[in-house]
Amino acid sequence: MREELLRVIEKNSRIDLKELAVILGVEEIDVVNEMAAMENEGIICGYHTLIDWEKTSIEKVSALIEVRVTPQRGQGFDNIAERIYKYPEVHAVYLISGGYDLLITLEGKSLKEVSSFVSDKLAPLDSVLSTATHFILKKYKDHGTILARKYEDNREKVSP
Amino acid sequence: MRNPLSDRIVGIKPSGIRKFFDIVSEMKDAISLGVGEPDFDTPWHIRDEGIYSLEKGRTFYTSNAGLKELKIEISHYLERRFHLSYDYNKEVMVTVGGSEAIDIALRAMINPGDEVIIPQPSYVSYEPCAILANAVPVIIDLKAENEFRLTAQELEDAITDKTKVVVLPFPNNPTGAIMERKDLEAVSEVIIRHDLFVLSDEIYAELTYKDRHVSIAEIPGMWERTVLINGFSKAYAMTGWRLGYACAPAVIIEQMLKIHQFAIMCAPTTSQYAAVEALKNGDNDVAMMREQYNQRRRYLVNAFREMGLPCFEPYGAFYIFPCIKEFGMTSDEFATRFLEEEKVAVVPGTAFGDCGEGFLRISYAYSLENLKVAIGRLADFVEKLRAEQK
Repeated sequence: MREELLRVIEKNSRIDLKELAVILGVEEIDVVNEMAAMENEGIICGYHTLIDWEKTSIEKVSALIEVRVTPQRGQGFDNIAERIYKYPEVHAVYLISGGYDLLITLEGKSLKEVSSFVSDKLAPLDSVLSTATHFILKKYKDHGTILARKYEDNREKVSP
Repeated sequence: MRNPLSDRIVGIKPSGIRKFFDIVSEMKDAISLGVGEPDFDTPWHIRDEGIYSLEKGRTFYTSNAGLKELKIEISHYLERRFHLSYDYNKEVMVTVGGSEAIDIALRAMINPGDEVIIPQPSYVSYEPCAILANAVPVIIDLKAENEFRLTAQELEDAITDKTKVVVLPFPNNPTGAIMERKDLEAVSEVIIRHDLFVLSDEIYAELTYKDRHVSIAEIPGMWERTVLINGFSKAYAMTGWRLGYACAPAVIIEQMLKIHQFAIMCAPTTSQYAAVEALKNGDNDVAMMREQYNQRRRYLVNAFREMGLPCFEPYGAFYIFPCIKEFGMTSDEFATRFLEEEKVAVVPGTAFGDCGEGFLRISYAYSLENLKVAIGRLADFVEKLRAEQK
């Protein structure tokens, strides 16, 4: 049940527990216990909301930043990753295979705010060799959800 | 002027669903639980393969029986999923949907006056296709107390010395009923004893929610008596691509191919290329869609229980078939009033045979969110009717 439960709440974390139990074909108490267990195990890390900020009047700028770094003896990339992810404006930090080492996603109020984060905080770090900042112009799809288009039911209303 | 029409075709009554369709399409704001096709889009990699085949200019006829590559994939698929062995070269043909396969299978097997046994409630085309093939349809009224499965006794009682073919429509549209191995073994014994043939419409084979679907062709002694029909519409959400297939002993396929060759030529080429991709890389898509149908199915079973509408738990297809006899009206009256008063379209059980009287077909090829809205309205309606009765 664990895998199916995760697939359901990954798409809809607000689903009612009773309803969740019904569609999984189990008892409500089992759902509650399983979710508590997965929270403890750190499998479920949070219940977030997917927001298309573009549709609000709030200005936001997001960027992807590629970072090349020098790994530290005995620590690998963990230390530098930690230094970076502690900044609250940093949304995600991934260690990446390929042409660079870390991929950071960042959110700020303006282009200026993002670029000053890069020039004032990120680039000067000792182990950072270089950065490349890509501003996001439009989000078409995020977390598996298509933002640009609404689902339309084009089927005939009645068919055999 | 002479009458331009054939008496036989004029004598066939139009599908009962048609009348309902006309009312619903007039009502712009109606929501529906009335469709017989998946709500999912065809998975993108499958559509992509169709587009790619057009880009490559693969816009010609294929051979009559279908692309060799597709027939090979079909025979691998049937082996992998249902332990069925068919020679792609002689025992598999690709058709324009399962519908064409039903039509030509009956035409290939029937001599005038032969009887075709059709269990109902079931899909709307078996009876007219049997009539068009010069057969005499013999209807078995399936029973709610048997969960709408076909029993050996019911079959035995319908057989005469003219019986030739038995239609086996499981997993079933509209009831959601399935036939498990033990059920199939019981009817197979009767079929073999009376030397009959089976047209097994397994278009919903991928959509079962208990164990995997069992084909009657798997039962010992039945392969050589069975025309198996399947397709891409339901499993891969490919209804509009119009692609199905039939598998049977070579002697039958050979004759079916003759009709297909003269009436159709070949199934759509683009769809055939897309279908190859579906069979090669689509297992995961099918599993994901099945999981979601199953969640909706459980939601509905629970909702009907809470509403107090009698309904057996369906384990196949994407339909649930609740009983509305307590309200003292016909299925048609119920569906019409429900549509007028609550703006929700459902299909009266009688669209699938007279014995569907007293039942409704509710489709769960809708998102949970949409189902919730529609079922909320049904609950209100049921409450209103019960209050009226007091």
